[in-house]
Amino acid sequence: MMQEAIAFTPQLDASSIARWLWLIPALPIVAAGIISVLKQPRRKLASNLAIGSMGISLLIAMSAFVHVLSGWSNGHAVREVVNFSWLTVGTQAVELGWVLDPLSAVMLVMVTFVGLLIFIYSTGYMEHDENYTRFFCFLALFAGAMLGVVIANSILLLFMCWELVGLTSYLLIGFWYHKPSAAAAARKAFITTRVGDIFFLLGIVWLFAQTGTLLFYDRGAGSMEPLALGGLLVHHSHWGLTAAGAIGLLIFAGAAGKSGQLPLHVWLPDAMEGPTPVSALIHAATMVAAGVYLIARVYPLMAAGAIAPGTTTALTVVTWVGASTAVFAALIAVAQNDIKRILAYSTVSQLGYMMAGLGVGGVAVGMFHLITHAFFKALLFMGSGSVIHGVHEEQDIRRMGGLRKYMPLTFLTYAVGMLALCGVPIFFSGFWSKDAILESAHSWPLSHAPYYMLVFGAVLTAFYMTRQVSYVFFGEYRGHGHAHESPRVMTTPLAILAVFAVALGVIGTPAWPWFRAFLENHAASVEMHAFAEPAWLMLLLTSCVIVIVGIGLGWWIYGNKSPRSEEPDALQKAIPPVWTVLANRLYIDELYGATVIAFYYWWAKVADWIDRDIWGDMVSTVIWLTNHWARLNKFLDATMVDGAFDKGCEEIYNGGGVLARIQNGRGQIYLRLLAVAVVILAAILIWSGRP
Amino acid sequence: MTPLTGYLIVAALIFAIGLAGALTRRNAIMVLIGIELMLNAANLNLIAFWRYSPHPELLTGMMFAIFSIAVAAAEAAVGLGLVISIYRHAKTADVEQMNRMKG
Repeated sequence: MMQEAIAFTPQLDASSIARWLWLIPALPIVAAGIISVLKQPRRKLASNLAIGSMGISLLIAMSAFVHVLSGWSNGHAVREVVNFSWLTVGTQAVELGWVLDPLSAVMLVMVTFVGLLIFIYSTGYMEHDENYTRFFCFLALFAGAMLGVVIANSILLLFMCWELVGLTSYLLIGFWYHKPSAAAAARKAFITTRVGDIFFLLGIVWLFAQTGTLLFYDRGAGSMEPLALGGLLVHHSHWGLTAAGAIGLLIFAGAAGKSGQLPLHVWLPDAMEGPTPVSALIHAATMVAAGVYLIARVYPLMAAGAIAPGTTTALTVVTWVGASTAVFAALIAVAQNDIKRILAYSTVSQLGYMMAGLGVGGVAVGMFHLITHAFFKALLFMGSGSVIHGVHEEQDIRRMGGLRKYMPLTFLTYAVGMLALCGVPIFFSGFWSKDAILESAHSWPLSHAPYYMLVFGAVLTAFYMTRQVSYVFFGEYRGHGHAHESPRVMTTPLAILAVFAVALGVIGTPAWPWFRAFLENHAASVEMHAFAEPAWLMLLLTSCVIVIVGIGLGWWIYGNKSPRSEEPDALQKAIPPVWTVLANRLYIDELYGATVIAFYYWWAKVADWIDRDIWGDMVSTVIWLTNHWARLNKFLDATMVDGAFDKGCEEIYNGGGVLARIQNGRGQIYLRLLAVAVVILAAILIWSGRP
Repeated sequence: MTPLTGYLIVAALIFAIGLAGALTRRNAIMVLIGIELMLNAANLNLIAFWRYSPHPELLTGMMFAIFSIAVAAAEAAVGLGLVISIYRHAKTADVEQMNRMKG
């Protein structure tokens, strides 16, 4: 079979918008390529290119979304795929493609919109950085890769973009690479996510081996479609797992690495070494959500063979890991003093909520929280960036305080984000999405423990956010210099995000579950009586109690206290041992340092020893032998061969001298010699001829 | 008829006389005469072997001898020419003095 270049065969049923969907990731990537060859002082052009490409991508994403929306409102389940074979190896074609369905459409709009706002915000935040052009190059490349993950219909294409996302994350965390801590954090992020990615890759290979296709949806032949899933369920693996369950777990390991789930979360807090817009874009709104999105994308595989919703082995694991992460990270967040680190642990915790939501409630529940979280967490991160900017690059919340007087707009928007994150009922989007997760967890048939864990996590969330806001915005200013409000280019995106942090809740209320209906392809209707159902009222009450307890406790302990920066924390005074453990992040990094990394060092030492003392010695022995053999040869050559030759030459020379004496120029002597020779010849002839 | 051995003995004697002359005489002319004697001894052998060969009617030996005489004549002419020219140059015909033939 001929090795063809990319054979482009768009499927006939794909609409033109679906066929042009590739432009959405391609534009930022092209922009990144152009920016990468720009000279460093072309700052304005670089940021304009990045923002322009992102703006066009947003427009295309919106029109794609509208297209899906119109299809949905006409009662069609829109899932348009464009597949093409990338290259052919033997009889197997490696197929890539993209998909336009409600899931990818929603995600596209979210990523492009939040991304665009963060790009604009970055022009203000990075204004004084000399590597402004490089920053926008990386940012645009990241956005392109992330959008590639979103539209991918082939698990291979998804993995490629996934790795690109990991690379750009590495580049951006280590953007200030001259700081050793940033360089270390970048390496840590890259290596830790690599651990998950190895499992992910194994899952991909296994999935490909089992189903024979890389595509998710391919008119009934894709790996996420009933035919292939049926095959995966029949095949049994070890430990009572079906192949579907085992592959699901492997893929979840990859998602856990990217989304900072429990054993692999260590990189995410350290990733805050990067510039704040990066933290907002990558480590709050989009990249870390990629893991959640991946699980949503392969949800048919995760849920295959379930008797009741969310009861497969894979989803059970997802739920437990998610719920543990939610509580665990929230606990650590309580005892942190770095404004971005608190938000980082909060992100880990909220990602746990999303995972748990996916596990217990399905795609719509997890994705709803992903979308609302993306907006309010980006808002919080950008707000924290604005705060850091305003108090002269100070990140310790103990050296802030009273900022509501100096930065009113930042305070207002930050408060909106904080209330949304805490899940304050009715008015904030975070309430509706968290509520949906709690509701699903409450009705999970296997166990109630995740529900209580999530409730406890929610209390903690409200508590640590109140602590943070009290420290930063209330009391007296304890920092150095004069705090000032950030420029308009930074506060405007905050305001826009704040509007969305409130308004997004509308699309997911129980009375009008539009988001769920959209993702699950059924019609949505407004049913006001859903608000009156006792189960929901109970949940509302629970949420109210959670929020009141959390915020009340926080305000009681920290509100308007204005502690001096050297003074120990209020909680530290009350329960010092617990505080120490939490402040040291439950010693997870130390645990890894003592186990995995220590083992790695030991193993590296062993390898070093083998290399030096075994292989190295073998090589030097061979070198020694060769060397001495060469010396022997040199000696033989110099004395024996050369000596013999020289001697031979000398003797020939001497012989020549003797013979030259005979040739004395006298003809008669020659003649005599001739006569003697003839006589000798005759004698020989006579004596040999006669026997 | 005289036996072949007789001729051969005479030829050998002439050859020996010629050789002795060529090797011992100092005068170049005498050396040349010695060489002529050796050549003629060889010619005598050729004729004798021809005469006593199984097919004397084939004039092979005769032809050989005539060629040899012709060559000897040419050689004598050349040799004499050389000797005269050396004599003119060095004012001597003594072979002991002719020692400049070193290459």
